[in-house]
Amino acid sequence: MAHRVGMEVSIAVSHAVQLARAEAIAAYPITPQTHIVEHLSSLVANGDLDAEFITVESEHSAISACIGTSAAGARTYTATSSQGLALMFEILFIASAMRFPIVMTVANRALSGPLNIWNDHSDIMAARDIGWIQIFVENGQEAFDHSIMAFKIAENHKVLLPTIVNLDGFILSHVVEALEMLDQETVDKFLPAYHPRFRLDTKEPVTMGAFAMPEMYTEMKMAHQMALTNSYEHILKVWAEYGKLTGRKYQPVERYKTKGAKVLLLTMGCLSEVAEIAVDELREAGVPVGLVKLRLWRPFPFTDLRAAVAGAGLLIVCDRALSLGGAAGPVLAEVRSAFYPLSSRPQILGYTVGLGGRDIPPEAFKEIVAQAQMEAQKGPTQEYHIFGVRG
Amino acid sequence: MTKPMDQYTWQEIEIGGVLTEPGSAREYRVGDWRSQHPVWTKSRCIRCGVCWTVCPEAAIMEEPEGYFDMNPTYCKGCGTCARECVTGCISMIPEEE
Repeated sequence: MAHRVGMEVSIAVSHAVQLARAEAIAAYPITPQTHIVEHLSSLVANGDLDAEFITVESEHSAISACIGTSAAGARTYTATSSQGLALMFEILFIASAMRFPIVMTVANRALSGPLNIWNDHSDIMAARDIGWIQIFVENGQEAFDHSIMAFKIAENHKVLLPTIVNLDGFILSHVVEALEMLDQETVDKFLPAYHPRFRLDTKEPVTMGAFAMPEMYTEMKMAHQMALTNSYEHILKVWAEYGKLTGRKYQPVERYKTKGAKVLLLTMGCLSEVAEIAVDELREAGVPVGLVKLRLWRPFPFTDLRAAVAGAGLLIVCDRALSLGGAAGPVLAEVRSAFYPLSSRPQILGYTVGLGGRDIPPEAFKEIVAQAQMEAQKGPTQEYHIFGVRG
Repeated sequence: MTKPMDQYTWQEIEIGGVLTEPGSAREYRVGDWRSQHPVWTKSRCIRCGVCWTVCPEAAIMEEPEGYFDMNPTYCKGCGTCARECVTGCISMIPEEE
């Protein structure tokens, strides 16, 4: 049923999409997403994947074509990064409002300018409010698993929302890792063919994308909001089913050595594995520190986060993006909002780290913990810190 | 739609705002937006039908003798007909306050 391979993570993602039997792919290559769609186009060209691969002149066209193929009833996939995601911007909202279950990989990369091709989360955080389900993965195995599960989540008739699987550009996308692949029979059983709720069909015509007058717009947005919020339980169901199948169990908020921790780090994406090393070493040195990893970004898992953090006195949120001129990085702002209504809450401090590919080794997390503990005692001196900035 | 737009709750809206019935645009009574309307001077009208052709809302109707008039439910008062009229027989008259 499963076999272990050593494989570049981008290639593993493309094989996951192949195993999911994507029927339509429209994509434009951009570093560091390129290997995913390059390999998919080979699979289609070689007859190993029976799909329509639409080559387009831009990402705006890629996501527009995805809306077309999804409206026609095809299981649809695309992938992008940074400027590509930014170029898709206006269409991203339309894809989710029209409730098309497109699955997209975003190989996270810094937004220009200045031009920078390396990893941070500024691309997806700028697209935070597009109304898609948004998931972060930590390693190659998770990238493979979530690429398959995303289709099953998105296509559930009670969900019908496009879904983004975020994976860190280069430091995950271009790394060769050992991972366990599933065979076609297992994936077919887990992920049956897509049956659209509505599709473009001359025999049963419907209107898609009609405009909404002021009398209807608010209700349409409310329906979208409720669909995204309620997708939470279906996400959990799909992850649980996959867990039974593979033994790999996923949670919206994952805990690492949080038991008895007075200080907690919060990370997203593959920095979490680095933070684990720092936590191990600090624990050995007697510092009561733990780690919470935010896997599900939208819908935001308020209850899981509050439960994971309960008992800690200090929560250190590590953002990988800025909200220039604002009160906090996007994750810090969200986390503070999640805890504000509670009468008992930890002190929450924020550090923006690893912008534009700046390396964050375990030592950096140790330094952040030390700095934050000192600041927690003295009281915060500023809204948040940009860690390691010179000057 | 089976009832007026402003009576729908969010739960009653079809997924993605899909409309399953044809012809629902008829319910958008865009004539309410109008601040001016076209008036034809029949003595100068040659009944060519250019106004009928160019109306973006298909809100101009042909009358029995081949002259034209607006449909007040859907005419937005855009003035395209007056601009394109071959003989200049259409005037745009402001709506009364």
